[in-house]
Amino acid sequence: MNRRFSPRAVALALAAPVLAVVFTMIITSIVLIASGKDPLQTFQVLVGEASKPRIQVQILNAATTYYLSAIAVAIGFRMNLFNIGVDGQYRLAAILAAAAGGAVALPAPLHVAFIIAVAMLVGACWAGIAAILKVTRGVSEVISTIMLNFIATGLIAYLLTPGRLAESIEGSNNISTKPIPESGWMPGIPLIPDAKGEVFGFIVIAGVVGVAYWFLLGRTRFGFDLRATGRSEPAAIASGVNVKKMIVVTMLLSGAVAGLVGMPQLLGSSHAYSLDFPAGLGFTGIAIALLGRNNPIGIAFGALLWAFLDSSATRLDFEGIPQEIVAIMQGVLVLSVVIAYELVRRYRVRQVAHDVGRQLGSTEPVSGQGAVA
Amino acid sequence: MRAGPLAIDGLVRRLSFVARSTAISEIDTPRESTAEAPPAVELRGITKRFPGVVANHDIDLTVRRGTVHAIVGENGAGKSTLMKTLYGMHRPEEGTISIDGEAVVLHSPGDAIARGVGMVHQHFQLADNLTVLENVVLGDEPTRRGWLDFGSARRKIREISDAYGLDVDTDALVEELGVGDRQRVEILKVLYRGARTLILDEPTAVLVPQEVDELFGALRGLKEQGMAIIFISHKLDEVLKVADEITVIRRGTTVASVLPGEVTARQLAELMVGSELPSPETRESTVTDRALLTVEGLNLTHADGRPLLSDISFTIHAGEVLGIAGVEGNGQAELVETLLGMRQASSGSVVLGSEEITAWSTRRRRENGVAYIPEDRTRHGLLLDAPLWENRMLGHQTQPPNSRGPLLDPRGAKKDTQRIVDAYDVRTPSIDVLASALSGGNQQKLIVGREMSADPVVLLAAHPTRGVDVGAQAAIWDLIRDARSQGLAVLLVSADLDELIGLSDSLKVMLRGSFVADMDPAAVTPEDLGTAMTGLGGAAA
Repeated sequence: MNRRFSPRAVALALAAPVLAVVFTMIITSIVLIASGKDPLQTFQVLVGEASKPRIQVQILNAATTYYLSAIAVAIGFRMNLFNIGVDGQYRLAAILAAAAGGAVALPAPLHVAFIIAVAMLVGACWAGIAAILKVTRGVSEVISTIMLNFIATGLIAYLLTPGRLAESIEGSNNISTKPIPESGWMPGIPLIPDAKGEVFGFIVIAGVVGVAYWFLLGRTRFGFDLRATGRSEPAAIASGVNVKKMIVVTMLLSGAVAGLVGMPQLLGSSHAYSLDFPAGLGFTGIAIALLGRNNPIGIAFGALLWAFLDSSATRLDFEGIPQEIVAIMQGVLVLSVVIAYELVRRYRVRQVAHDVGRQLGSTEPVSGQGAVA
Repeated sequence: MRAGPLAIDGLVRRLSFVARSTAISEIDTPRESTAEAPPAVELRGITKRFPGVVANHDIDLTVRRGTVHAIVGENGAGKSTLMKTLYGMHRPEEGTISIDGEAVVLHSPGDAIARGVGMVHQHFQLADNLTVLENVVLGDEPTRRGWLDFGSARRKIREISDAYGLDVDTDALVEELGVGDRQRVEILKVLYRGARTLILDEPTAVLVPQEVDELFGALRGLKEQGMAIIFISHKLDEVLKVADEITVIRRGTTVASVLPGEVTARQLAELMVGSELPSPETRESTVTDRALLTVEGLNLTHADGRPLLSDISFTIHAGEVLGIAGVEGNGQAELVETLLGMRQASSGSVVLGSEEITAWSTRRRRENGVAYIPEDRTRHGLLLDAPLWENRMLGHQTQPPNSRGPLLDPRGAKKDTQRIVDAYDVRTPSIDVLASALSGGNQQKLIVGREMSADPVVLLAAHPTRGVDVGAQAAIWDLIRDARSQGLAVLLVSADLDELIGLSDSLKVMLRGSFVADMDPAAVTPEDLGTAMTGLGGAAA
């Protein structure tokens, strides 16, 4: 009797992602043909590149970062709260965590935990500013988090100067925070055989974050309050949810997870925050959260797909195909996922209404014949 | 036994009489007299369904040129659905629409405008930072060789405003205009597009009395020029003043067509509110002397300083239903929301049993036995995109069987949802369907079942049978009677006079945020109640 696993339900669940990918390939092909390139060859190059162990490591490492960023965004999305500030939150968290990590000496596991804790705290505090502004002054979190991104950029530029948190690197123009001693590194995992590099150890923590996200939202009262608020604020208020408190807590959680976004890189490879620390991951996270429909598994697929496109793209230039085609693919993908899911959702709502109607006989009229016989 | 049943029967008979005599004789006469000119709008047998609900059925409406035709009905009676049908915003499943004698199918508002039907929405749709002229032409800009041609537009607007007496400065910014002027701009906008049939949706809702008079003056001008005006309202005194013909809509269908000279506001109100069988009479009294909800000197102030509730005091005992009568918008909704803790009273006290709960949060009140049947169930009572079993948790997510400590208990919630679905006769194929798929009556039964399952002490019920079918209505009345006999204190807010008189043990009438009269439901007549409710009959009574 479980209707959720009927063949039609499965087909419907798969319809949207398949539809979106097919549509993306069609649009990309049109663009490629219009610019005189062979679409088939392009797809072959991308897939061929991804079969190399070195690239596979790259994909997993990039996906780890993307995953965390998308989960941070998704926490807010589930409550209709748009945390556009993940970008500023993770960069500020990374530089302060790097500086803190470089300044202390602790035994290995504690040192790593300390750095992670600092990063989450900084991320949460930075997001908390937007939350406080929203609940006390009614400032839209979209505006305030975007502005906080710019402030974070300025603050980082100020902090990352010699004499403050930075020191020059020998033989280069780059500057960075004091390197974290080895006790604060997170060892990699030799997940892909034959590959030169190792997969970031942080991938495990990303997995834990994903499970925690699923558990918190789907299995706890707090998660129910959060989802209820996202679905209908008036209904949530009437059910006893304190919406202001929810906004603050959700923003803090989103910011704390955002604080983790820079950690795979910091703990697994660079061990310091320098001028070339990756930026812009917060915006990638927004796209991937949309792509994954705020679902922890969907986001994992979205992150892997995105990382695959990013990592394989460089090869395209060698084959005479501009790698910017990948940016077009990613953009079309996000749009078509949003549209495809909406189409499938509407179809499903109509189907259910139909089912209900059929099961209960015809739709009953709203009224008996009333006083006018 | 009480006198209830007799009074109800009398009311039903009277309503049937009014409906029959007016519906049959009086609609037909005017139509015959103008047989040569086809009516501006003629709707026959219009039925519009939304998933699971029939919003309109068998609607018949004839609007003649050169008249103001009022459509009156309660909120949720189906007026807006009908007007959206006529304005091409959706298509009816059954029935025909004729405009100026020609059968048409309207696919979009564009089609309606092309046929000369224009709509002035209740909420103005103007760009504040543009001038009147720019707003009027917006979307239909006149051009000459690709350039905007404001000169000819200005001339055309002058002609229209002179012809109909709609005086507005075309170069003023809309943000500088008052509400009445803005409404004239909306009307100009519609006329500019060549409308000959105007739909005005609750046009007086935002106006002060002088502006209402000006609007009515303008409508008279339009009418003399051969316009047909459809005037939607539930303010009966205004309708009687401005309309040439009145059609009453109740529960999705047209129940009567009357002439303003031949009905009183009270008769019109009775037609609007109607009477449905079976009647909601309550058997013997179960009122005890144990006070469960005591409200003392409650005041509530709007953010702009306006008083919403003034000095509200009452006591509801175990086993008692206190009915609150009143024309909508006189503070009933605010009262319920304040009692639930969704609004913070500016002064006064609320005592639940023996505990002062004035400062409690909504959640704490609900955990301690305040149950709530909201006025707008899709807004306050349900998560439409969530399955039924998640809706069973809503409002009770901190209590078993929905949760254990901080964790949810989906299995317990699902099991209990199935129990509610069976016990309260919620017609659904499964508890996994989304709440939006159910009809209004079944949604409401789910809400009532949910609220009654949490061991409530006090039940706040706002319009519990609004928009539900007759079967569900009777079932919900039974459930409220059960709640009463189980010793709950029930606060019943309703616009349905039969429901109020039949279910209540005592009645209070609310007007402009305070109680203006106490009534004995065993003795009160709907006439007395209507008089006290509107305040307009104060002199007549």
